[in-house]
Amino acid sequence: MTVAVIQFGGSNCDRDTVQALDSVGVEAELIWHEDGLPAGIEGIVLPGGFSYGDFLRAGAMAAQSPIMDDVRSAADAGTPVLGICNGAQIGCEASLTPGAFTTNESDRFQCEHVHLRVENADTPWTRAYEEGDVIQLPIAHGEGRFEISDDRLDTLEADDRILFRYCEPDGTVTPESNPNGSKHNVAGVTGERDSVAVMMPHPERMSLPDIGPTDGRGVLGAFA
Amino acid sequence: MTGYTAIVTVRLKSGVLDPEAETTQHALERLGFELESLRSAERFEIDIEAADHETARERTEAMTERLLANPTIHDYEIDIEQR
Repeated sequence: MTVAVIQFGGSNCDRDTVQALDSVGVEAELIWHEDGLPAGIEGIVLPGGFSYGDFLRAGAMAAQSPIMDDVRSAADAGTPVLGICNGAQIGCEASLTPGAFTTNESDRFQCEHVHLRVENADTPWTRAYEEGDVIQLPIAHGEGRFEISDDRLDTLEADDRILFRYCEPDGTVTPESNPNGSKHNVAGVTGERDSVAVMMPHPERMSLPDIGPTDGRGVLGAFA
Repeated sequence: MTGYTAIVTVRLKSGVLDPEAETTQHALERLGFELESLRSAERFEIDIEAADHETARERTEAMTERLLANPTIHDYEIDIEQR
C-alpha cells in the first residue's frame, strides 16, 4: 500500500510520519498539497505541524486547500485517512470528522506524555489493541481541546465513534488526566466511516523501536 | 458598483469555554480591576465592491461560512456599511 503524507506549508511531522510508516512496513511518500493527490494512493495521512502558522484557527486554512477535495473523495471511496494533531484540526475543519479542536483549557501550548484508553478496538486504527487497553503517546498542541455540542457528542458515543480518551495510567477517565479540557476526555474520533479518523496525540512519535516505547505502531498498522 | 465595508464579528457560542477570555479576565483582576465577566470576539473588516447592500451581505456571509467562522464553535454577526 502506498500512503500519501500530505505536506502543507508549516507541516513539520511529515517526514517523521513517513519514517514511522516505513518502520511498520508501509510504503509512504510525501505529497505537496499543491500537487494534488496522485493516482494509486491507498492511504492518506494529514500530518502534524503548524500549517499556515495556525492563523485564524489551527487547520482552518489548510482545510481549504484544493487537495482536501481529493482527500474527501478518497475518504468517501473508502481510502483510509488519518489526521494527527494539526492533521486532526484540519480533518475537523474540513468536516471529514465531527467537532472541532480548539484552544486548550490552560490557554498554553502543552508538550507532554499522556495515557489513552482505547474506547473502540473494532476500527482499523485500534484493531492492534483491546478495548480498555491503556497506551502512552505524546501530545504537543495549543489547540487540542475537543469541542462539540452535547447532543452531537451523545450521538458519537452511542455510535461508538470515540477512538481514545485521555485517562490515568490505570485507565480511569478523570478530569485530572484530561490535559486540555476536551469534552468527555475525547482524544480521537472517527468520521462517518471508521476508515477516517483524527487524533491529537502523536502515534508516529512512539513507533520507532530504536528510540523507545512503540505504543503508536498499532495505529499506523492500519495502513499495513 | 458601490464600495462597502463588511464588519464580521465572530464569537464563541454561548457555553463554549473561552480560555483566552478567562486568562484576560484574571489578568485584569490581578491589576486591581473589578469585573463580573469578560467575553472576547474576533472582528474582521472587509472592503468590497458590490451592486447593492444585499449582494454585499450575501458575499460576506459566504466568506464567513466558508472560512472565517467554524459553525461547530462559533456564532457570527455581519454589519454592512457603505464606504
